[in-house]
Amino acid sequence: MTTTVSTTAALALGDDALVLSHRLGEWAGHAPVLEEEVALANIALDLLGQARVLLSLVGDEDELAYLREERAFRNVQLVEQPNGDFAHTILRQLYFSTYQHLLYAELAAGDGPFAPLAAKAVKEVAYHRDHAEQWTVRLGDGTDESHERAQRACEALWRFTGEMFRPVEGLDVDGAALEAAWLESVEGMLRRATLTVPEGPRSGAWRAGAGRQGLHTEPFGRMLAEMQHLHRSHPGASW
Amino acid sequence: MTNTDWPLWEVFVRSRRGLSHTHAGSLHAPDAELALRNARDLYTRRGEGVSIWVVPSSSITASSPDEKDPFFEPSADKPYRHPTFYEIPEGVKHL
Amino acid sequence: MATAAAHQTTRTQAYGAQDTAVDTVAYERRFDAAVAADERIEPRDWMPDAYRATLVRQIAQHAHSEIIGMQPEANWITRAPSLRRKAILMAKVQDEAGHGLYLYSAAETLGTGRDELLDKLHSGRQKYSSIFNYPTLTWADVGAIGWLVDGAAITNQVPLCRCSYGPYARAMVRICKEESFHQRQGYELLLALSRGTPEQHAMAQDAVDRWWWPSLMMFGPPDDESAHSAQSMAWKIKRHSNDELRQRFVDICVPQAESLGLALPDPDLRWNEERGQHDFGPIDWTEFREVLKGNGPCNEQRITQRRRAHDEGAWVREAAAAYADKHTGETGATRA
Repeated sequence: MTTTVSTTAALALGDDALVLSHRLGEWAGHAPVLEEEVALANIALDLLGQARVLLSLVGDEDELAYLREERAFRNVQLVEQPNGDFAHTILRQLYFSTYQHLLYAELAAGDGPFAPLAAKAVKEVAYHRDHAEQWTVRLGDGTDESHERAQRACEALWRFTGEMFRPVEGLDVDGAALEAAWLESVEGMLRRATLTVPEGPRSGAWRAGAGRQGLHTEPFGRMLAEMQHLHRSHPGASW
Repeated sequence: MTNTDWPLWEVFVRSRRGLSHTHAGSLHAPDAELALRNARDLYTRRGEGVSIWVVPSSSITASSPDEKDPFFEPSADKPYRHPTFYEIPEGVKHL
Repeated sequence: MATAAAHQTTRTQAYGAQDTAVDTVAYERRFDAAVAADERIEPRDWMPDAYRATLVRQIAQHAHSEIIGMQPEANWITRAPSLRRKAILMAKVQDEAGHGLYLYSAAETLGTGRDELLDKLHSGRQKYSSIFNYPTLTWADVGAIGWLVDGAAITNQVPLCRCSYGPYARAMVRICKEESFHQRQGYELLLALSRGTPEQHAMAQDAVDRWWWPSLMMFGPPDDESAHSAQSMAWKIKRHSNDELRQRFVDICVPQAESLGLALPDPDLRWNEERGQHDFGPIDWTEFREVLKGNGPCNEQRITQRRRAHDEGAWVREAAAAYADKHTGETGATRA
């Protein structure tokens, strides 16, 4: 029953939303069909809205987004993974939005400092999850090509999924229960999509940690360089 | 439909409770479930709706504009169907 | 497409055996009368083939412009300098995709499917607005596009809300409503730069310098050289001439530029008391024609990206269609 916001927790949730929103924003003008331009942008905008609220709880949103170094970002590695093909983007969405939906549902039901935000976000995220599930079954159970691509994506991203359930300081949730619910849901979806549930490990072997400890994958640095360069080129300017 | 040419759907949106669904436009989708979702994203981005119908465009049967006269004109000369047709003495209430 | 087929069938059923030449005269008279009376023409009404063709060409070009027009702005989504600006820009680019969709729908009511129109765009047989063949070199270009390009587009589009073809007019009503935020955000963006650091101010001025003349070209060639204008005006597809709209735009922009604290790059620009309008310098129509021909700075890049997105998305569209073939009828939602 904490009433003060934990900076660690706010940054973790805020950075997840910020970074995934950025990745989805990269689809603009490149989506496989016009209707998906609109759908992906809707999801990106929801996430960006969540990020702004979360970051503002613990500082200035722009300072946090544009002036932190890579090692200070606390998002999970899953959300920073490059878009890849549409199957990669959809599987990343499935893995993350299922987690985020379960997490926010739990936070919304509690009385912690994130409850008000979670109560609003849980509705948005329910839609993101539905979007990902709809597309997962269509890609998995569509054509041979789409099945293969979906299977590849499913496996490539699998090793980033364990990190989401590690404890975060100040985030009062039952990680094990969350993980069990996530596995049940995601495995069910993959089977419905005629995909094989990957067997590999769900986290990296590096004991130093991962995104929540500020250790990111290589593409993330370039993503930040692009995101931050204009803001950093004009110190102190307002936009 | 070719492999990639998704069929056309007509979209009807109820803008708020108490009003009927109104035609909002059309869109492409491979099936009804995605049609509904695409309609939500496309036609209610600014809070324009509380309920959506989608109907395959090919399922709509429309009256022909060429039959406009036989279809609609006969109803125009029956003013006795309208309350204003009747004269009621002044002072009579609740009619 | 369904609507065109319906249109054809009805006509054949109703009048199949009759003398079509006589019909056409009667139909044409009814059509002319409807246009003259400012009534709307609806999809299944009879219309002259040339009217249909003109509309398809114009609506398609308009739709293509919306979706190609996403590119120069999307170019800055990942670099937007504040989260607020980033949200605004994403919402704006998303609107453009939406506007493209409304317009393709309107074109489809005339019997031409979206796939066919996209094919024509990808193969260069249909055009999009030349303005999008210019690059967005700095963040200020996003503002200049909002203020000048969207401003010019709105000036062009507001009269289209009264266009004689119903579905196009209705799409334009929806679009114009949504567009007004686009122009205002652009203006506000430039204002922030103009009042910002000297570097930001210079960035804003540079963008206006580059976008001003191409924006004036958006109204099309001068009236005496405009190929389709007269007929389109007679059909009430178009309501004002190119030069009229261009003049209106210049007159609107001059005071707006003053409030911005930015100069418009035209030494001949001055108020003409007698005409009650601004005089402005000659437009470089050679550049306009060259860009139109494909020699603009970004023609190749824009169409290549569009084609690539379409081609790389083919497997996704096929997958969804294949899934629908396998599963239609399985769920309650699908049956209803």
